[in-house]
Amino acid sequence: MQVLMREDFDTLIEKLQGADYEVIGPRIREGAIVLDTVDSAGDLPAGWTDEQEGGRYTLHKTDSPSLFHYTVGPASLKSFLYPSKSLLCRVYGGHNDFDVEEPEIEAPRRAFVGVRACELHAMAIQDHVFAGGRHPDPVYTARRNNIFLVAVNCSKAGNTCFCASMGTGPEATAHYDLALTEVVEDGTHYFLIDAGTKAGRSMLDELPLRPARAAEEEAGAAVVRNAAESMGRSMDTEGIEDVFFENLESPLWQEVAERCLTCANCTMACPTCFCSTVEDISTIDNDMAERWRVWDSCFTTNFSYVFGGAIRKASSSRYRHWITHKLAAWQEQFGTPGCVGCGRCITWCPVGIDITEEAAVLRRQREARQGEARYGAGTRTAY
Amino acid sequence: MHTPRKPKLAVWKFASCDGCQLSLLDCEDELLAVANTVSIAYFPEATRAVVDGPYDISLVEGSISTGEDAERIQMIRDESNLLITIGACATSGGIQGLRNFANVDQYISTVYAHPEYIHTLRNVSPISQHVFVDYEVRGCPINKYHLVEVLAAHLAGRRPNIPSYSVCVECKRRGTSCVMVAHGTPCMGPVTQAGCGAICPAYNRGCYGCYGPSEEPNTQALSAWWTKLGVEDADIARSYRSYNALSGVFRREGSRYAKKAAAGATNEERPQ
Ligand code: SF4
Ligand code: SF4
Ligand code: SF4
Ligand code: SF4
Repeated sequence: MQVLMREDFDTLIEKLQGADYEVIGPRIREGAIVLDTVDSAGDLPAGWTDEQEGGRYTLHKTDSPSLFHYTVGPASLKSFLYPSKSLLCRVYGGHNDFDVEEPEIEAPRRAFVGVRACELHAMAIQDHVFAGGRHPDPVYTARRNNIFLVAVNCSKAGNTCFCASMGTGPEATAHYDLALTEVVEDGTHYFLIDAGTKAGRSMLDELPLRPARAAEEEAGAAVVRNAAESMGRSMDTEGIEDVFFENLESPLWQEVAERCLTCANCTMACPTCFCSTVEDISTIDNDMAERWRVWDSCFTTNFSYVFGGAIRKASSSRYRHWITHKLAAWQEQFGTPGCVGCGRCITWCPVGIDITEEAAVLRRQREARQGEARYGAGTRTAY
Repeated sequence: MHTPRKPKLAVWKFASCDGCQLSLLDCEDELLAVANTVSIAYFPEATRAVVDGPYDISLVEGSISTGEDAERIQMIRDESNLLITIGACATSGGIQGLRNFANVDQYISTVYAHPEYIHTLRNVSPISQHVFVDYEVRGCPINKYHLVEVLAAHLAGRRPNIPSYSVCVECKRRGTSCVMVAHGTPCMGPVTQAGCGAICPAYNRGCYGCYGPSEEPNTQALSAWWTKLGVEDADIARSYRSYNALSGVFRREGSRYAKKAAAGATNEERPQ
């Protein structure tokens, strides 16, 4: 482990720019920390911290000089690697005589600074979905191959975070080029820095670093421990597939449907949700048509439309589908859960519907039923 | 080669501000293509030439507010193969629909020097309450691209690519941080049909609901959350009672909260 002093942080950004990367990092825009171009460390939200709750996000300024003392905002790597709209092709000409033009895929060289552990895990899940099979997605893979990732271990966990119980954080353990731990103590401000790839190691060679002392390494470990211990929420994943598959007719679905707006914010904000739809448009004189891929959501009616109508008409069936896919069916489909515990779907749900709370209710319902089967109906618990 | 006859297009106006039909003229880039593809048979805002019906496509703007209107829309339906309503007035009554919640005679006597000259219906109504409507283009005003899209789709024999989901989908696609979550600003986006590209949240305002109810509007859940945000019952009622005050769920939710406000009910749900 080596040490990068805070006053040398700009060197990291300059070296990344020198390597021809557009540097993207956390920045404050309209009251939230989003991902945007960063020219220097001065653009980072120094001293700012966030507070998150179901349906609520607020920023506060503190006296701390720390650059990364907050958790994830609404934006994620997803919108950079898998853009919300991409043109698939353009068709010119008439009925029997036409040309198809495939647009060149834009894959800018980008370095992301301040990427969290949950985010890296979410990206790995999307890697599997988009690039893992026999037909890798050309847009995703081109963009994915052109990025450099500078992770930051979380120094605090948000109130809606539950990565510790999903095994995806708060410490970055894989998928990064460089990983940082920010330490602010006794008037010193430095970063423990470590490389995860060859590209990361050659970047280390260019930075003004010194080996870390044992006390500094311990201070870094304490930062991450503190985040793990301040996790606002948790998810019990033990036997979670049964919890869902044995609750397909739970009364909970109707109860959630009364609160759910079917607005799709949860899926749009989720860094692993990958659904899209294909839209065709044509000009009025019919001499040109375009085919677009746009983000879609299982909360829309058309998502489950087949000939004759939508399969999931009721919002209860949409919520059931979403959470069951995220936490149970994904495992069977892709070998991991579809959730990394980042808490975005909780914070950015406009009415604060909470995936951890609904999963816990389902677990209690199942346990109550099991209790009943074992000891007779007299043990019925109210839920 | 056989050139098909150009479809005849007519544009009609009822109680409205003209903004929606003007968006047709506002289609600078597409206007020429539109003119090449359809023959504009009746469009008083654009041309004095009048070609008699029947018409292949009629675009109808505005709502029905007089007895004369109610007769004229029947004539238009009879003369039109396809009738498309454009804008909030035509599809749901529009802002003038607010008068349905008040006493029209009282307004007339306050506003006009000679109330006896004014002949108006007690209630404003959307076009669909009078005749069969083939397609509705929502918005106040409409998105001009939707208008071109509906015509293009019809001429190509395909389904128009116009969303029915919530504004939130467009809001997140464009990367706006939610104003309701991040600022506590009440926003109609979750119950409003997309189509504008989520302009208002992108400029730090809550959505005003111009496009009317989305496909599954859970207005009760939204209002309950607004109450938690500290919005007064009367203001909740006002939010539903704007451009689309008369449309289905907005009308019901607006009335529910207007009653609550009138009864001075507290923030708690009253017993049925
Ligand atoms: S389901 Fe929710 S908590 Fe899990 S990864 Fe998606 S947004 Fe994050
Ligand atoms: S979920 Fe974990 S890794 Fe993600 S922001 Fe929260 S604490 Fe950090
Ligand atoms: S759970 Fe929340 S964010 Fe998701 S669709 Fe329902 S109301 Fe919207
Ligand atoms: S700002 Fe409004 S439209 Fe945008 S996501 Fe939030 S509630 Fe939906």
